[in-house]
Amino acid sequence: MTITRDDVLRVATLARLDLDDDSLDELVHELDRIVGYVRKLDELDTSDVPPTTQVAVSSAPLRPDEARPGLPTEVALREAPRSTPEGFRVPAFVDET
Amino acid sequence: MARTYEPVIGLEIHAQLLTASKLFCGCSTDFGKPPNSNVCPVCLGLPGALPVLNERAVRLAVRAALALNCSIVETSIFARKNYFYPDLPKGYQISQYELPFSEKGWLDIEVEGRKKRAGITRVHMEEDAGKNVHGRGGDSLVDLNRAGTPLVEIVGEPDLRSSAEAAAYMRAVRDILVFVGVNDGNLEEGSFRCDANVSLRPLGETTFGTRVELKNINSFRFVQRAIDAEIARQTVILDGGGQVLQETRSFDPESGKTASLRSKEEAHDYRYFPDPDLPPVVIGEALVEEERAAMGELPSQVRRRWVDELGLTEAAAQTLSQHPGYVRFFEGVRAQVPGLEPKKIANFMQTEVLRGAVVQGQRVSFSVSEGQLAELLTLLDAGTISGKQAKEVFALVEGTDQSPKAVVAERGMEVVSDAGELESLLRDLIARNPKQVESIRAGKKQVMGFFVGQVMKATQGSADPKVVSELLEKLVTES
Repeated sequence: MTITRDDVLRVATLARLDLDDDSLDELVHELDRIVGYVRKLDELDTSDVPPTTQVAVSSAPLRPDEARPGLPTEVALREAPRSTPEGFRVPAFVDET
Repeated sequence: MARTYEPVIGLEIHAQLLTASKLFCGCSTDFGKPPNSNVCPVCLGLPGALPVLNERAVRLAVRAALALNCSIVETSIFARKNYFYPDLPKGYQISQYELPFSEKGWLDIEVEGRKKRAGITRVHMEEDAGKNVHGRGGDSLVDLNRAGTPLVEIVGEPDLRSSAEAAAYMRAVRDILVFVGVNDGNLEEGSFRCDANVSLRPLGETTFGTRVELKNINSFRFVQRAIDAEIARQTVILDGGGQVLQETRSFDPESGKTASLRSKEEAHDYRYFPDPDLPPVVIGEALVEEERAAMGELPSQVRRRWVDELGLTEAAAQTLSQHPGYVRFFEGVRAQVPGLEPKKIANFMQTEVLRGAVVQGQRVSFSVSEGQLAELLTLLDAGTISGKQAKEVFALVEGTDQSPKAVVAERGMEVVSDAGELESLLRDLIARNPKQVESIRAGKKQVMGFFVGQVMKATQGSADPKVVSELLEKLVTES
């Protein structure tokens, strides 16, 4: 076992997930298998291989800088649980980032 | 006994790139539009929406990095910075982390006549978050018009040693970015803002103390006050034998103090990883060279050229190179009157023209045209009008399209340098004021002022006082 309950709890906290004990055990088991599977790569010497994050496209396509209309405001706000013409309404918070 | 500490300061500056559309979608970046009117599935973070990089944002970011003497990294990567916040709809910010597009730059600053080179660690691209309005009956309101706006983050080395240096650095970065056409320099609207990392160490110590990060400083005055307040707070802690805690604090301009936002233990774990939606950014040599050309002369280069080749004073060169619009205006006038000493244009611009100049981002509106100023200075240089009259004519043509020449002619303002007219005026005055003439002859030179004054009055200020004095002296001594 390389993935511990604490690892999963920590990630769950960061992801704002509230896990009960059953799903916690299940996730520990599943994540351990996933990470174990990826670890197979360690069997190969990859020291000369540059890190690869993309294989489909070699470089990001660029878009001309032209403004175009997005969504009408009422459509943009429609799915929000609470909104006003002044913005999405959320519980009060402090700017800190 | 209290020890002496040396502050160690590094700034992280966020500057908005002057694009028409956002970094990863076509929504407008117009400021001041109704809330949530410039939004789309990409910047709202709706499922399935995919980002496509804005070419102009890349170009302006490259230009900013070049202007800050950074080297450009050919292949860079966008990463997801993960955190939950109401103004961050995707749950992550697209930024650059391990592989930014530029690094290792520097910037020269000057504080109280002392020059200093401040290092720049890196410049990277990222998207801005939304804007929040607080204090609405227990709720906050989120406007996502700003979400996805392209920014460069300029990470400075911890090379600054005082709040004055930090403010000078912040100003210098702002001036350069405005100069090369990358940013509008507008601190009030938040398109240029900074965070400051501040730590203290005993003087002579070479390792760094524990640093505190001051968040979201949006004025040059506040950066200085915030850092001073933080230095004072940390000094008290260290003097008392305590330890400074690593934390994030904010500055409250009203109390003049900093307050804790979160400690190291609460620090975000951003879990950066390469954004699978965005392939690597490849910045070719051709693009870099195009932006280097577009960048043109930097303020420091303009100043050196003006001082060395045109004979302007450092102070004049400094003032007139504060904005690219000032430089264009000065050079425009100079091109129209190539025979005129550049110093004269610089002086008049500083004393008169800049007073009526209104800077708005990249633009400056002047109260006169280059042509009007060129014509006015030509009249002055030719002696047609006096310096005092030049100021009057300037005030008269400000905000109009009138020609200074026409105004001078209309108002009969030409300097009366016709010796005949002045002589008859003076002879008349001498005849009517024998007492004063005697005084002058007896050596009371200051009485000459009386005659000069009378002549100026009679000619409505259009005589050249120097010419009048000379003529008076001649007439008094000969008669």
